[in-house]
Amino acid sequence: MKEPEIDDLKKLLKDSLPPAHDVELQRDLWPAMLQRLDQRTMRVPWWDWALLATLAAVLFFFPGIIPTLLYHL
Amino acid sequence: MELLERFAAGDVDAFETLFRQYQGEVFRWLMRIVRNTAVAEDLTVETFWRMHRAHARFDPAMGNCGAWLRRIATNAAIDHIRHSRREVPLPDELPATAQQPLAEQLELRRVILRAMDKLSPRIRAVVLLALVEEEPYERIAEALGISENAVKVRVFRGVRILRKTLTQAGVHP
Repeated sequence: MKEPEIDDLKKLLKDSLPPAHDVELQRDLWPAMLQRLDQRTMRVPWWDWALLATLAAVLFFFPGIIPTLLYHL
Repeated sequence: MELLERFAAGDVDAFETLFRQYQGEVFRWLMRIVRNTAVAEDLTVETFWRMHRAHARFDPAMGNCGAWLRRIATNAAIDHIRHSRREVPLPDELPATAQQPLAEQLELRRVILRAMDKLSPRIRAVVLLALVEEEPYERIAEALGISENAVKVRVFRGVRILRKTLTQAGVHP
């Protein structure tokens, strides 16, 4: 491919899609960042839920182990 | 302790200082790739989130936080394009520069954006940065973690696909 072919396409693109490098950020994004950090901090991993569900199922089907469990706690 | 060292050690105040220092630069870089203000803002937060998650891997001795952030931002933008795979609308604040009637300009934009959709996200990012934004190949290479020659190859490949798609659509560059 020749350079003029690239230049022709470049001109077409630049005429139709003006450069975006002059667009400035209009607001401070730190509050959004803090919100993102808080959300991630509060999120409980799925395996914790799986562990909790397993424990609940065990206690439901084998209630006899509850006293043993309480004794060890 | 230096700011970058404190950030690498997990200091949130240092992270906030870096965020405030670089958020504008990261946003402008992302605008060049995604060309949409709301998406660029979301991706700026995503970029810093990825940076925060990777703080332990950051080597303060390397020092160039801006280059590291540009690379993370580029990957976030490419991930976004890959997952959305739809026509990215141009923001209203970017008027066309061509001396053509408005309807023709909008139609041409639509055709070009559809042609851009035919490109893979990585080639699309390179084409926008190199041909529209006229970023130096060296900077693009650094942001993508590839060589300058690889950037040139992607530009050629992108130009070839775009010319073919545009010719099929009746636009002759």
